[in-house]
Amino acid sequence: MTEEIIIAGFGGQGVLSMGKILAYSGIMQDMEVSWMPSYGPEMRGGTANVTVILSNERISSPVLNSFDTAIILNQQSMDKFESTVKPGGVLIYDDNGITRHPSRKDINIYKISATNEASKAGLIKVFNMIVLGGYLKVKPVVKTDNIRKGLEKSLPARHHGMIPENEKAVMKGMELIEAIQIL
Amino acid sequence: MERELKLMKGNEAIAEAAIRAGADSYFGYPITPQSEIMEYLMAQKPHERTGMVVLQAESETASINMVYGAAACGKKSMTSSSSPGVSLMQEGLSYIAGAELPCLVVNVQRGGPGLGTIQPSQADYFQTVKGGGHGDYKLITLAPSSVQEMADFVKIAFDLAFKYRNPAMILSDGAIGQMMEKVYLDPQVPRMKEEELPSWGTQGKKKGQDHKIITSLELESEKQEKVNLRIQAKYRQLEEEEVRFEAISCDDAEYIFVAYGTSARICQKAVDMARERGYKVGLFRPITLYPYPFKQLNKLADQVKGMLSVEMSAGQMVEDVRLAVNGKVKVEHFGRLGGIIHSPDEVFNALLNKIIGG
Repeated sequence: MTEEIIIAGFGGQGVLSMGKILAYSGIMQDMEVSWMPSYGPEMRGGTANVTVILSNERISSPVLNSFDTAIILNQQSMDKFESTVKPGGVLIYDDNGITRHPSRKDINIYKISATNEASKAGLIKVFNMIVLGGYLKVKPVVKTDNIRKGLEKSLPARHHGMIPENEKAVMKGMELIEAIQIL
Repeated sequence: MERELKLMKGNEAIAEAAIRAGADSYFGYPITPQSEIMEYLMAQKPHERTGMVVLQAESETASINMVYGAAACGKKSMTSSSSPGVSLMQEGLSYIAGAELPCLVVNVQRGGPGLGTIQPSQADYFQTVKGGGHGDYKLITLAPSSVQEMADFVKIAFDLAFKYRNPAMILSDGAIGQMMEKVYLDPQVPRMKEEELPSWGTQGKKKGQDHKIITSLELESEKQEKVNLRIQAKYRQLEEEEVRFEAISCDDAEYIFVAYGTSARICQKAVDMARERGYKVGLFRPITLYPYPFKQLNKLADQVKGMLSVEMSAGQMVEDVRLAVNGKVKVEHFGRLGGIIHSPDEVFNALLNKIIGG
């Protein structure tokens, strides 16, 4: 199994840390992982993205031009990454601030209103974990208990008190995600 | 002892590996995309873990000269920077090579020329292996292509530097510096004790000892020629004994990519793409860029129909591939510039257009 994912959105949405938690969770179940962030001018312009690869085999290129799954959290990222989803792949997006919805007919599309839910439920800090939950509902590439272990590994010990809230957010995301187009 | 598993950035892996390899000192000046090396070292407080000194110098010129000073005392000393900063270190590197001292310099390359960009590049190949500083010297050069190798090559580089009393370089790039992968870390090696320090190091003149002189200056040409010949003899031995490379799917290959570092990872994916389409393609990955695997590439040239050298530059390593092959087969170059990382698709198409179809 190899899953190639791009997660893209604004800086501050927790894009990079979502990828890191996913990577750690993969390690917890003995997978090979790579996490390749954008760190260049696009990051300084306010957008951030990270390529995460989870695989049972040795990972070749950490840099990719097409993905099994794109998780898209703002309009700029929609414009840039909708076309990079492999035919038959998955696009998950948060519709907050999206003016041009995805239009491809050859991919599976899911929507998750995580921004709205996070502000309603007072879960702004764990917004990214709601999105991660939605993704894992669609693609259960890592087990939920490994997400917990991944959180333990990637959060500093002083923040371990927040793990239950993060787990709650993952569950919330699993409920929240809705299919828009299934092939 | 078992190796410890972590998820780390390449830059962090270098820093942690340096502490664990028993390095005595790190001197550096921040620059993207390698600032995590010093940040990680500072956060780890290695002076509390092993007694290792970590110091932010006022410039790259100062860093490399601090390394020179520490190396003269026989200590395991290192610095790191990215392309423009490494350019500033060239004078110091030439002096350290001339004084026959060991040290480790890490270059996490970014796009040039000039201040260029902060994105990954491999355009410092010439500077590294053809001598960026003056005089007849070489840098022992290791090119990691994974976070694991970022960690592993620290110890190898120090060992080679001390064995040959010559500076060693880890030539990496922004992609491997910034990416996170699994890494298995070696257990802590203690720093050298006073009595274990090499005998040539200047640790203060003891009674009954002669002065130890560390210098790269010899005004008498006859003596300076002898120094040069001694240094060259070391290089011949390096070229004989220390070449490292990896050949992936080369056994039955009709065409091969030649690539190091990040480009090698991308070519590996392109090899898979080619094989799925029925082309017999392999990847030859030089791990030591100096000493370069000339002989091994020359041998491969008897077997294959063509080679594509892939690097994020306008074509630097390709000159060494051509030297190695010596006209036996067609050798072409492909690479994106200015901080752009070529994609596996682009690399595969370049092989089709320039080598297989061309």
